[in-house]
Amino acid sequence: MSPIMPNAEPSFQTDRRQLVACLKLLLPAHCLLSDDEDLRPYECDGLTAYREMPLAVCLPESEAQVVDVLRTCHSLGVPVVARGAGTGLSGGAMPHAQGVVLSLARFNKILRLDRDARLAVVQPGVRNLAVSEAAAPYGLYYAPDPSSQIACTLGGNVAENSGGVHCLKYGLTVHNVLRLRVVSIEGEIFEIGSAAPDAPGYDLLALLIGSEGMLGVVTEVTVKLVPKPELAQVVMASFADVGQAGDAVAAIIAAGIIPAGLEMMDKAATAAVEPYVKAGYDLNAAAILLCEADGTPEEVAEEIARVTTVLREAGASDIRVSQSEAERLRFWAGRKAAFPAVGRITPDYYCMDGTIPRKRLAEMLSAIAAMEKKYGLRCANVFHAGDGNLHPLIMYDAAQPGEWARAEAFGAEILELSVALGGSITGEHGVGIEKINQMCVQYKTPELDAFRGIKAAFDETGLLNPGKAVPSLHRCAEYGRMHVHQGDLKFPELERF
Amino acid sequence: MPHLSGLDELVTAIGAAYEAALQAPLDSRVALRIRGGGSKDFYGGMLAGEVLDVGAYRGIVAYEPTELYITARCGTPLAEIEAALAERGQMLAFEPPHFDMATLGGCVAAGLSGPRRLQAGAVRDFVLGVKLIDGTGQVLDFGGQVMKNVAGYDVSRLLAGSLGTLGVLAEVTLKVLPKPVAERTLVFAIDEAGAIARLNQWAGQPLPISASFWHEGKLWLRLSGARAAVAAASDKLGGTAVADGERHWLAVREQTHQAFAGTPLWRLALPSTTPALGLDGLCSIEWGGALRWYAGEGDGVRELAAKAGGHAVLYRAAESLRCLEGAFAPLAPPLLALHRRLKKRFDPLGILNPGRLYAEL
Ligand SMILES: Cc1cc2nc3c(=O)[nH]c(=O)nc-3n(C[C@H](O)[C@H](O)[C@H](O)COP(=O)(O)OP(=O)(O)OC[C@H]3O[C@@H](n4cnc5c(N)ncnc54)[C@H](O)[C@@H]3O)c2cc1C
Ligand SMILES: Cc1cc2nc3c(=O)[nH]c(=O)nc-3n(C[C@H](O)[C@H](O)[C@H](O)COP(=O)(O)OP(=O)(O)OC[C@H]3O[C@@H](n4cnc5c(N)ncnc54)[C@H](O)[C@@H]3O)c2cc1C
Repeated sequence: MSPIMPNAEPSFQTDRRQLVACLKLLLPAHCLLSDDEDLRPYECDGLTAYREMPLAVCLPESEAQVVDVLRTCHSLGVPVVARGAGTGLSGGAMPHAQGVVLSLARFNKILRLDRDARLAVVQPGVRNLAVSEAAAPYGLYYAPDPSSQIACTLGGNVAENSGGVHCLKYGLTVHNVLRLRVVSIEGEIFEIGSAAPDAPGYDLLALLIGSEGMLGVVTEVTVKLVPKPELAQVVMASFADVGQAGDAVAAIIAAGIIPAGLEMMDKAATAAVEPYVKAGYDLNAAAILLCEADGTPEEVAEEIARVTTVLREAGASDIRVSQSEAERLRFWAGRKAAFPAVGRITPDYYCMDGTIPRKRLAEMLSAIAAMEKKYGLRCANVFHAGDGNLHPLIMYDAAQPGEWARAEAFGAEILELSVALGGSITGEHGVGIEKINQMCVQYKTPELDAFRGIKAAFDETGLLNPGKAVPSLHRCAEYGRMHVHQGDLKFPELERF
Repeated sequence: MPHLSGLDELVTAIGAAYEAALQAPLDSRVALRIRGGGSKDFYGGMLAGEVLDVGAYRGIVAYEPTELYITARCGTPLAEIEAALAERGQMLAFEPPHFDMATLGGCVAAGLSGPRRLQAGAVRDFVLGVKLIDGTGQVLDFGGQVMKNVAGYDVSRLLAGSLGTLGVLAEVTLKVLPKPVAERTLVFAIDEAGAIARLNQWAGQPLPISASFWHEGKLWLRLSGARAAVAAASDKLGGTAVADGERHWLAVREQTHQAFAGTPLWRLALPSTTPALGLDGLCSIEWGGALRWYAGEGDGVRELAAKAGGHAVLYRAAESLRCLEGAFAPLAPPLLALHRRLKKRFDPLGILNPGRLYAEL
């Protein structure tokens, strides 16, 4: 460790000609891109505000090729960024300027679907929704359902520990993956977990899931499939006040009900969505709640009755229960299309992903309203109310000078408030490059050191997705310095450089 | 070592052991054996070192029924936690055994779950956050009290089942769930192969099955959920309703049922569809076919389990036998290497529970 800059981000210097020459020996021509125009589509993921051009993109078709690429990059000291569908919203798959993008897009086969054992073995490039579609004939499905499920891949889901509307009741990716096959940066293959429960040793599965492509490249995923409920029905409730809607969420949980989905949209969000999908949302409401019950018809009837009572007591001004599957899907369509709908009314939007304790919902929303004034930008709120995961969509125009900087500062303030309220800077989209500074707010030096130690246990040379997810000590010190406020120094325990 | 009742005392004790180990030559280093309620001395590998009793660091720190979490210190008896939850109609859904003395720390460190695991998930699925004292005496906070948190690696879940080899779990936050409104227990007369086939068939259907247990030609099934759902499923499944179902599940959870009496007792985790193994000896099946208990000599049990895609734990046996055979199935070389590096990161001098999980850790 250098005394001047301990734990500095490693710098890489790649000889592009040599790299491409080596990769050409390993991969057939159609599996390697190295011309600038071919690389352009890979320069960012769903978070388009951050871009970087890679030196090359590898699109291997077999695990042996993945091993070869990783071995070669390891021996040349070249950074590698794995990529699924590139729908990530935190810049996790943004390339490294001195590195290679390793796309798993061609690993798109469902290898085995075992109806009796209720599991599927899939390649990492398989789309999330494709698993449920393949399982549907057996009355089974894959529970985690991110809104991006048409496009995002299982490999990306594993790397981000993705969740969706159903995760309040059915869990996140970490609760639904049984086994992973992984290639290390050295090109060594290992398997963790199995179709049997409680694999011996440390729960490395928990460590790998949500590790944002920092610990290994996933080449095979075994997921749990669960029986499709016989029936699902959704209640839509309007509230004249967002605080009241937040309290209604707590009241549902307090009544001993864990709904299959519990989502909230504020007035700005419904106003954006309604003209787009015509879901029949109450445009006068300050907030609407969508609460789904699933199970046997008897169970659903019982739960809907209980939820309706709770919502009425919580002060809902209007309550509607879906009367058909078509109506249920229409109620949800607006929530599912919230991002693109907001995308239509603003040139750009910046999607945040903080989590907070449910009881602080109203507090957070009024703080966001104040920030709208402070930064002069509008914000629509859609969120997984059941688990306190907010998705404020900050609207801006990248073409207007200064707007992106204001949006970024607005977002950072939301994240830091999430931590202050007892929550986290990310509930499902990951840290990536986007929230790397806020990691210094959520964690102190000892925890960050432990994360770096874990990284080193898997990837000693730090070649997998460098600069993402876990900030260097140096970076935190820099960020701390930026935030010195009225002489109140953040992270006084950190060394300053 | 005296009873330690404060976090500072625990930190000091571990810090002192670390300092001492730094000075001592490798072969004469002191080890600490973390102990909660001591209800699990029978479990795992060798017991070595001076006892570090964490049982007195106890008490519920925070419980928010509407946020669905509870935070408590490691020495808190599970019984105390479950009593507090029951007052608000909630539970630890992984249904750990509690006996008198089982503690929260020991429960999470051991990583074992009870009958409801089939439906609800394992201990690790409910761990939201931990306060850890590592092998250098440093306090680390991971996770938190919210349901979703993907900032940084998920160290809290990594610690579930780590048997105290990475640090002392000083404080743990668990997700809790409402107790089901209704429960009913059914019994069927059926042989082992038939039970395995049925359990898998049922598990593929939307039925509110929350526990299963097969032993000597009888299959017990527990249904949990909304009143109407339990009644409808019970009509559909048939079988005979049992009046004292709760007592039966308690005996399974606490392993006082006679099926668990034999030794050595092997715990086999298998893909649930694995056919009957045809082993001679006392046998029982839980978790829809995925957990099988077998009491007997066990020649070739480990190989049999591995061939089926699972693994076998030598669960209850003489310490000499556990040390000889290894309590847990051996790890593949790349995984063992990862384990050693992780252990080294959290406990660089190897003073915490050495050998309790694997001889090499
Ligand atoms: C409109 C929209 C809605 C969304 N809604 C949700 C939502 O509801 N819930 C949610 O959780 N997320 C949501 N997301 C975010 C995103 O879709 C998820 O994070 C998704 O899991 C990313 O998958 P991907 O295949 O696109 O991964 P990418 O964006 O390609 O990659 C994401 C990360 O995974 C790593 N990675 C990818 N494949 C592998 C592999 N095989 N091995 C190792 N590392 C790998 C990458 O290096 C990167 O760090 C949404 C995104 C959009 C655009
Ligand atoms: C189905 C089932 C049946 C069981 N039946 C029995 C039985 O019949 N008899 C029986 O005696 N036990 C039984 N157990 C095991 C035991 O009762 C529980 O797992 C219990 O929760 C252990 O808690 P404890 O406090 O007694 O742990 P301890 O025995 O004190 O410790 C268990 C392990 O955890 C470590 N540990 C303890 N506290 C901490 C901490 N704070 N931080 C880090 N590591 C720690 C210890 O070093 C040890 O490795 C059973 C478990 C299961 C799942």
